[in-house]
Amino acid sequence: MPELHSEETLLQVEGLTKVFTIRHGLASTRFMAVDHVHFSIQAGRPEILAIAGESGSGKTTLAQMILGLVEPTSGNLFFKGRNITHLPARERRAWFMKEVQPVFQDPFSAFSPLKKVESYLYETALNFGVADKKNVDTHVDNTLGTVGLSLREIKGRYPNELSGGQMQRVAIARALITNPSLLVADEPVSMLDASLRMSIVNTLRDLKEAHKVNVIYITHDLATAFYAADRIAIMLRGWVVELGSVEQVLGQPLHPYTQILKHSVPEPDPAKKWKEKVVLARAETEEFLRAGCKFATRCPRVMDICKQDVPPDIWIEGRLIKCHLYTESPASGDNPLASS
Amino acid sequence: MHTILETHDLKAYYISQAYGVRRTVKAVDGISLAIQENEVYGVAGESGCGKSTLLKVLLRMVTPPLTVVGGEVNYEVGEQMQNILTMSEVEFRDLRWKEISYLPQGSMHVLNPVKRIRDTFRDFIKAHTTLSTREMDTLARDYLHELGLPDKVIQSFPHQLSGGMRQRVTIALATILAPRVVLADEPTTALDVVVQRGVIQLLEEIRLRSKSTIVLVTHDMGVHANFSERIGVLYAGKLIEEADTQTIFNHPVHPYTQHLIRSLPKLDDKSIRLSIPGKPPALDNLPGGCSFHPRCPYAMEKCKIETPPLELIESGHRAACFLVSGQ
Repeated sequence: MPELHSEETLLQVEGLTKVFTIRHGLASTRFMAVDHVHFSIQAGRPEILAIAGESGSGKTTLAQMILGLVEPTSGNLFFKGRNITHLPARERRAWFMKEVQPVFQDPFSAFSPLKKVESYLYETALNFGVADKKNVDTHVDNTLGTVGLSLREIKGRYPNELSGGQMQRVAIARALITNPSLLVADEPVSMLDASLRMSIVNTLRDLKEAHKVNVIYITHDLATAFYAADRIAIMLRGWVVELGSVEQVLGQPLHPYTQILKHSVPEPDPAKKWKEKVVLARAETEEFLRAGCKFATRCPRVMDICKQDVPPDIWIEGRLIKCHLYTESPASGDNPLASS
Repeated sequence: MHTILETHDLKAYYISQAYGVRRTVKAVDGISLAIQENEVYGVAGESGCGKSTLLKVLLRMVTPPLTVVGGEVNYEVGEQMQNILTMSEVEFRDLRWKEISYLPQGSMHVLNPVKRIRDTFRDFIKAHTTLSTREMDTLARDYLHELGLPDKVIQSFPHQLSGGMRQRVTIALATILAPRVVLADEPTTALDVVVQRGVIQLLEEIRLRSKSTIVLVTHDMGVHANFSERIGVLYAGKLIEEADTQTIFNHPVHPYTQHLIRSLPKLDDKSIRLSIPGKPPALDNLPGGCSFHPRCPYAMEKCKIETPPLELIESGHRAACFLVSGQ
């Protein structure tokens, strides 16, 4: 049904699933790292979509499927109306990789310590044909300008000569060389010091506002997600359990998991200390394999049905919630895949 | 309330020599602090500011190239203060783990993967006490039970437990002999927020139960706001500000602390937050005068030449900055 996916949708994720199989001798366990995830990003209205969750919630696997680094088990991905789920390698390079670019967690392991950092920018520009030998210097310098650096500052430098914040900005500049419409940033600030962290998050905000680039911002840090993002998807063991604007989801979380997650963020404010206690998961694999809701054993508002049936996706006032608590309330909005 | 641990002008440098070039990294550079009994003292600062080295010296884990150049580390042993840096190894062995305990960074990876948790506990207790195997097992089981860890844990292998559970088992292991001082190095880093909260909950329980003093090193100001009672802020190996948690968060006086607090994102505020310009200095090549002056918006001529001393500016609040010492 490609005719349904108009040019107006930049990225559409439909029922995306990744199953990993773990073998124990002859037996094997199927393990849903990402389990039927749906969401979309509209074209023409740049936004930052945060994907947040604990480690092992499937957020990195989801990002890698969007980038084409991991083959989905089932489900479809559409980019600008084209199905890109099984795009041949040549077309992927010629078109898709120009449009969608990654930024990884640790810039020092993404760049070779033996190569000068600017060589990555030049190579990307020349390999993708976005600039020729004559104007490549200007293009690289302009791109570095968008992240607050200049070619003069980094020319001839090796990764060890730059700070973590500078390196991460070079990594973002490298991703921007091809003029992409979507950046997928996987934990771009978690390796950085507190005093440098905000400079990267501000760069992402600036890219969206001044340069109209969409960003998928993957993080476990809800505070920076709230600060930078427009919408947020909360992931739990492969599911998206709540998706909506950051003001809605983090302001008044509805899903019990989002509520616990929000209250567990250590706020830098001594007046907001934790009071009540939390229940922790005993082992990750147990939760992945559980029938019914994967949050049932830790949920403070668990009901009988939660232990048997997988909760449905429910739309309440423009946000998606996957929880049995809200099945009684009338769903509003007929087009569940449209972004709010 | 009385002092249980104090340091006097403590200096510990990494001194190395390669091809005739001597390199000195001043990781702990003249730190004096006094930690009170049963308090949670937080040590804050960015990576490479000397937080972990300070903890190592407090635990006398001083092996070359780390060298203690000067100063004292005094613990209250019995009724009097004793300098652990001048003690003999035999004397110090009686204090380590029983009186002074340590949670290393990434401590969820320290459990032996081929041993059940029970055997790890037995090994640990056996090395420090003369209990029988049955008594050791009872002690371990009761302690884990008291801390609210599930009973099944004791017969599990480490790989059967989640990261957060392993972290909490390690914390239980390090505190089972009811130490008076627990030195915790980034105990919540690399954990998910919910697990992080569980770990802090556990440390608080241990503190109430064994009346321990906790020295908490972490770069996460959110954790400090939640758990620490007093905070010392380190910058480039020096203590630059120290006060109770309320004061550090609400009325910091050092420009570095002010910037650090102001840059923290909050869950109910989307207004623009700026990073501190520049980057932390390399500890082997510190700028002259105040180490923060190249990044400081209020830097004066004096700051480039002289190092500001840590001075008491009001009761319980110390800061090292010429702006506040008023000279």
